Amino acid sequence: MSLLDDIYQDVILDHYRNPRRHGTLEGPGVVSQEGVNPSCGDELTLYLRAGAGELDARFVGEGCAISQASASLMTSAISGRGADEAAALSAAFQRLVRGEEPGLDLGDLQALAGIAKLPARVKCAVLPWKTLDEALTRLGDGPG
Amino acid sequence: MLDSPLMDDLDVLALRRDFPILSRQVNGHPLTYLDSAASSQRPRQVVAAMQEYYERHHANVHRGAHTLATEATDAFEGARTRVARFIGAPEARSLVFTRNTTEAINLVAASWGRSNLGAGDEVVVSVAEHHANLVPWHFLKRERGIVIRPVPLTVDHRLDLDALRAAIGPRTKLVSTFHMSNVLGAINPVAEIAGLAHAAGALLLVDGAQAAPHLVVDVAALGCDFYAFSGHKMLGPTGIGALWARPEVLEAMPPFLGGGEMIRRVTLEDSTYADIPARFEAGTPSIGEAVGLAAAVDYLSAVGMDRVARHDRELASYALDLLSDVPGLTLFGPRGDDRGGIVAFDAAGIHAHDVATMLDLEGIAVRAGHHCAQPLGAALGVAASARASFYLYTTRAEVELFANALRRIVERFGAKGVPA
Repeated sequence: MSLLDDIYQDVILDHYRNPRRHGTLEGPGVVSQEGVNPSCGDELTLYLRAGAGELDARFVGEGCAISQASASLMTSAISGRGADEAAALSAAFQRLVRGEEPGLDLGDLQALAGIAKLPARVKCAVLPWKTLDEALTRLGDGPG
Repeated sequence: MLDSPLMDDLDVLALRRDFPILSRQVNGHPLTYLDSAASSQRPRQVVAAMQEYYERHHANVHRGAHTLATEATDAFEGARTRVARFIGAPEARSLVFTRNTTEAINLVAASWGRSNLGAGDEVVVSVAEHHANLVPWHFLKRERGIVIRPVPLTVDHRLDLDALRAAIGPRTKLVSTFHMSNVLGAINPVAEIAGLAHAAGALLLVDGAQAAPHLVVDVAALGCDFYAFSGHKMLGPTGIGALWARPEVLEAMPPFLGGGEMIRRVTLEDSTYADIPARFEAGTPSIGEAVGLAAAVDYLSAVGMDRVARHDRELASYALDLLSDVPGLTLFGPRGDDRGGIVAFDAAGIHAHDVATMLDLEGIAVRAGHHCAQPLGAALGVAASARASFYLYTTRAEVELFANALRRIVERFGAKGVPA
């Protein structure tokens, strides 16, 4: 597989062109969190709601295929899981794209492993997850 | 690398041997460096001149009576003379060494601007300025209440001269614009703009960051009052650039930074200032870098700036021809002789950073982003674009390689359409 195919895998292009869980959440208990990469202009807003111990996540955003596909894969992966599980997934994903052993089965998120070979683009893949980390701390603070 | 027959008379393959970096591999491919508008590469001759200076002649300049201090001062002032001659400056004493174009424009804003601009005074700029020619004026807007008057572009991405005429009024004190746009490649008719500014009693500052490396520049013939440029975009080292100003304008300006070198006499209570250019060069300057910049302009002069300009123009025209029928590709900038070797584009549906990464995976280096010109992006309706830029060492074969790679990327990744 060429480096190009390794990085821009079909899974990533599919999530970029047809983002899952794209949209907003409203109502009590919803936390919204913005994330921006000022150097390249990638941006997204993440919406989180914790109901009965399970997260519901949505996002809207603009940017490159890597950042937007990462957001789509992330919101799909964490929805239906608990906040602690989401935090563990975030840590594991950030290890993966830095070329380290993730220590967890990341499923579809594994498609972004190739980014580790492109240090300049790691920040794109990580943006939604950093945003999630922020949102999770606020989720713990009660309704935001 | 084999080259197609040259339309111009520049022996690119011979020149390329002076640039060792151009023969390295990137991601398993020979490097195709198409990012010279951000920073050029430099030839062995520039690095050798700096090495010779540091290994044989270095000491601090303008002080001390010893032999090395004299040699270093001669090297530094000799560099000033050669760089001044390169841009057609009648007198070397009104060329101030700065770190880069950004510092040169900040110098004008902080010194000339603070002494000449008050509330309601107007600075006319274009919508296509680099942030370096906007943010220093924003400082004065906040501090002094000056008014910034932006001039739009024509539909073919040239400065709208009719709009410029309309924007220049009785309160205009300065017109500050680019010589060559770093995104559009458009070359402004500087002499004509100088006439318009002077007729209104205003001065003209020219951001020459892209033009000094790529065009024949003659500040006397252009008729501007300030001309700012950077060494690292014109085969020189980083950390050195220059501000040229008309001597009588510079003579009347107060210092920019205070410290050693820029003084005549200092007491505990007060100080008086040195003549130009020393008045604007506080502290130990970038001596080795000035020597490197002088070697760079010697190199460019030996090649001939008219040939460099023609080579850039022909490569841009060739690239635009090759890319004109790629579906979904939007090309920015004018077509014609007033267009330098810069080709910015939007590959509909593929984000500029993805395009740049995809090209990089084939060894092709282009720039992606807002190119430090966010207001221009807003005017063009694109937040980010990708940009290929050429220089004297760029071959037609490289332009073909780039165009073919971009066509493949657009066909493979851009065809299916993408949500906004």
